[in-house]
Amino acid sequence: MSGELWLILIGTAIVTALIKAAGPIALGGRELPAWAGSVVGLLAPALLAALIVTQAFADGDRLAVGADTAGVVVAGIALARGASILIGLGLAVAVTALLRAVT
Amino acid sequence: MSSSPQPTPRESYRTGLRAGVPFAIAGGLLSLTFGVLAREVGFSALGAIVMSAIVFAGSAQFAVVSILAGGGGAGAAILAAALMNSRFLPMGAALAPSLSGGWLKRAAQGQTVVDASWAMANRGEGRFDRHFLFGATSVQYVTWFSGTVIGAVGGSALPDTEKLGLDAIYPAFFLALLFAEMRDSRSRGVALAGALIALALVPIAPAGIPVLAASLAALVGLRRRGGAA
Repeated sequence: MSGELWLILIGTAIVTALIKAAGPIALGGRELPAWAGSVVGLLAPALLAALIVTQAFADGDRLAVGADTAGVVVAGIALARGASILIGLGLAVAVTALLRAVT
Repeated sequence: MSSSPQPTPRESYRTGLRAGVPFAIAGGLLSLTFGVLAREVGFSALGAIVMSAIVFAGSAQFAVVSILAGGGGAGAAILAAALMNSRFLPMGAALAPSLSGGWLKRAAQGQTVVDASWAMANRGEGRFDRHFLFGATSVQYVTWFSGTVIGAVGGSALPDTEKLGLDAIYPAFFLALLFAEMRDSRSRGVALAGALIALALVPIAPAGIPVLAASLAALVGLRRRGGAA
């Protein structure tokens, strides 16, 4: 494994640790104001939705649908109907693999 | 509802452990995928395993691998990881009032924030059950590590991973987390707005930026609840 990959590994570990430490240290136990709490509560749905669509509806820097899109959509329907997360993941993989096998 | 109104730290930790199990199993599959994909972009088995052990942030690790697979260098890979992880800033800030101790202890406790644990430990009104968080994360750490070992060491025995559909695992995992977060019409609207912002930026912005920009949708939280929808 190249030195550059080790550099990336260490660099990623350091930035991750610093980012995860920043919130707990910077706030130092003070209460979050109500408006901030409200924004924070909405960050997770905004970021999660963005992570999903950028992976399921894009390849790098262009929009693209494929077998994985179908897999994720089927998983989404199952999860919305109350399926467990493992069923959801299993469906995503199975549908994606099946479509790639037949196309 | 538990019979005792205020669970002890040990009870909370155990409840967190149990709640974390489905996510831990899913995480094991994800990290197995990571182990395989990391080997394909040049990581040694040891490198992939060390990365999961000390980074322990799935979306950042996948971001690094996909940047490298696309020909990006060290700077781009680390920046993409930092952007992916930027969501831990507000998550950690939200958690801060629920932590205790000096700065070093708080910094260490902050390392236990991962998406599923953070979301499940959220008790509303800005309060978090930190012992629940530690429990839910510790079981996920164990499978994240061991899944990577299996993928990195045994992955070469697998056929073409793309044919197996393993790349669909990660967005499906985030989808499960998202459904747990969408409690009311406002959070659903924010999720939709975040998705549209990200999709609109994908063709024009560098990798990682579309996801970061989507967080702006959460600013709708500045508007008072109960106002015009």
